[in-house]
Amino acid sequence: MNLIDLSGDKRRLRRDARMQVALRTAALVSVVISALILFVLVRGAVDFLTKIDLGQLVDSGWYPRRDRFGLSTIVVGSVIVGGIAMLVAVPFGLGTAVYLAEYAPSRVRSVVKPVIEVLAGIPSVVVGYFALRFIAPEVVGRLFDPTQPRNMLVAGIGIGILVVPIMAAVSEDALRAVPASLREASYGVGARRSTTVIRVVLPAAVSGIVAATIIAASRAIGETMVATMAGGLDGSGPFSASPLEPGLTMTAAMTNAAGGSDQVQAGAPFLVLFFTGLLLFMVTMGLNIVGDRFVRRVREKY
Amino acid sequence: MALVGESVRTVTREEVARSITGSKRHIGGMLFVAGTVVALMGTLVVLFVLIAQLITQAWPVITGRGVGFLTDGLSSRPSTIGVWPGLYGSFAIGIIVLIVAIPLGVAAAVYLEEYAPPTKVTRFIVINIRNLAGVPAVIYGVLGLTIFVGWLEPVTSGRTILAAGLAVAVLVLPIVIITSTEAIRAVPGGLREAGYGVGATKWEVVRDHVLPYAAPGILTGIVLSLARALGEAAPLILVGAITGLLPETSLNGPFTALPMLVYSWSGRPSAGTEVDWANVAAAAGLTLVVLVLLFNAAAIVMRNHFERKRNGL
Repeated sequence: MNLIDLSGDKRRLRRDARMQVALRTAALVSVVISALILFVLVRGAVDFLTKIDLGQLVDSGWYPRRDRFGLSTIVVGSVIVGGIAMLVAVPFGLGTAVYLAEYAPSRVRSVVKPVIEVLAGIPSVVVGYFALRFIAPEVVGRLFDPTQPRNMLVAGIGIGILVVPIMAAVSEDALRAVPASLREASYGVGARRSTTVIRVVLPAAVSGIVAATIIAASRAIGETMVATMAGGLDGSGPFSASPLEPGLTMTAAMTNAAGGSDQVQAGAPFLVLFFTGLLLFMVTMGLNIVGDRFVRRVREKY
Repeated sequence: MALVGESVRTVTREEVARSITGSKRHIGGMLFVAGTVVALMGTLVVLFVLIAQLITQAWPVITGRGVGFLTDGLSSRPSTIGVWPGLYGSFAIGIIVLIVAIPLGVAAAVYLEEYAPPTKVTRFIVINIRNLAGVPAVIYGVLGLTIFVGWLEPVTSGRTILAAGLAVAVLVLPIVIITSTEAIRAVPGGLREAGYGVGATKWEVVRDHVLPYAAPGILTGIVLSLARALGEAAPLILVGAITGLLPETSLNGPFTALPMLVYSWSGRPSAGTEVDWANVAAAAGLTLVVLVLLFNAAAIVMRNHFERKRNGL
């Protein structure tokens, strides 16, 4: 009897080797997808840039059909809508997280947590409907005096509602990662519960909360349906920096560019889809990478 | 020698007791707690109002049409329109996701957890998958439009449900990989070692021990990714889902899906009829929410069921 006899059935070993190759191929598919995303976006963006004068990008206003691609219009639109979304999501998400992690009795938590998960599962089109049919007439329309029922404030609030659960979930994880010994030490020197939370727990969890904010911001900027439905512009419009005016986000510009793509798939009004996509991809990717770094910092610390 | 001098105020026993046990209010702290409660209540109220709005708006459709709304086709009038083509499209997308994303995602997870050596390449793949999970849905739409509608036209015949389903499958792939990876990681090492100890090959250990043990977790991840796939609309717009009239429900022709109908109907101006676009949009939205919640609930029930079974209860 030698090593060959002990090494087992050849067929089984060959099968094992084949499976390993197949599984590795499956894992590499994700790399191929990333490469394809980059390739498709960069190629389209380059095509777009060769079709236009660079001067058209600094134009004011976004009128793809008239070859005016004022980048500032959609970038400022995304920043305003994303900013409003964060103004909604950070206080509500963080407050919910602090309550659930620090104050909630376990019975309250076991009821509230699934309810927040329900909110996380609501599809974005449904929130878009809600923004259009409720937030616009009943909230923004009553409290402010917008020139149009659909505007950037409505879209921002809608997106804010969508990202509250993400903000809450990531912050709660960060708060729970703070070791109990820190809280006990604080109670030990006679601090109140609220003092402990404000002066000890929150500062200890600050990386995680920053991470939550960044990840939520990335989602808010990349959110498409609510921005398209409630932003108020159908693919073109003037530059506006007022939240009460209709506006266009990068994502809404993309859905609109593709929506009218039945005619020509080579002209600048269509190709701008890839350029905007590349811009959006880089912004969200940058935010995700920074956010991820903060998340890892939390893990390393405790 | 007096321990307590003139400069030190003498404190009575009552004063000390009061300062320790008394209800000295701390306004700042109370406001803080109140703030967190308000944040939580606000979040819950928004969810409640959203659901209430959907149900009240959808009510005329539910009472007036009943099941007909689910089985009727598209129409130019909100009073006779139905969501059947949308349900059909969403169902087909779900099937394509099941066929494409699930095997691919689970296989990738098995490789990363069981086979991959701890090299830089592996680390790169893992980071890459995490980044893919954060890419906005609309970007997957651009990918779908270029690759599945454009390059693969001979296979998908252009703007069809197949192209849309593939785009959504690629979108949920990172979610499937991440949830499956977590499920596989939770498998105790002893199970694997027992397999190797009796001479099993790596694949046999994976097939006979790791995957069956990780199945509940993987299944939960699958159901959650299906729920996500069901609600996504942005890639469908880019791939070219139809929102207007659609005569047939086919795999190789124009298509639509439930979220596309919500999107399209929500924005339509009032038709002035008793059952208006807003009502059918709400009814379609409610249908979508109910479906997504059913999937989520199924995932939770499944997780609990398998956990209890494993613990021998």
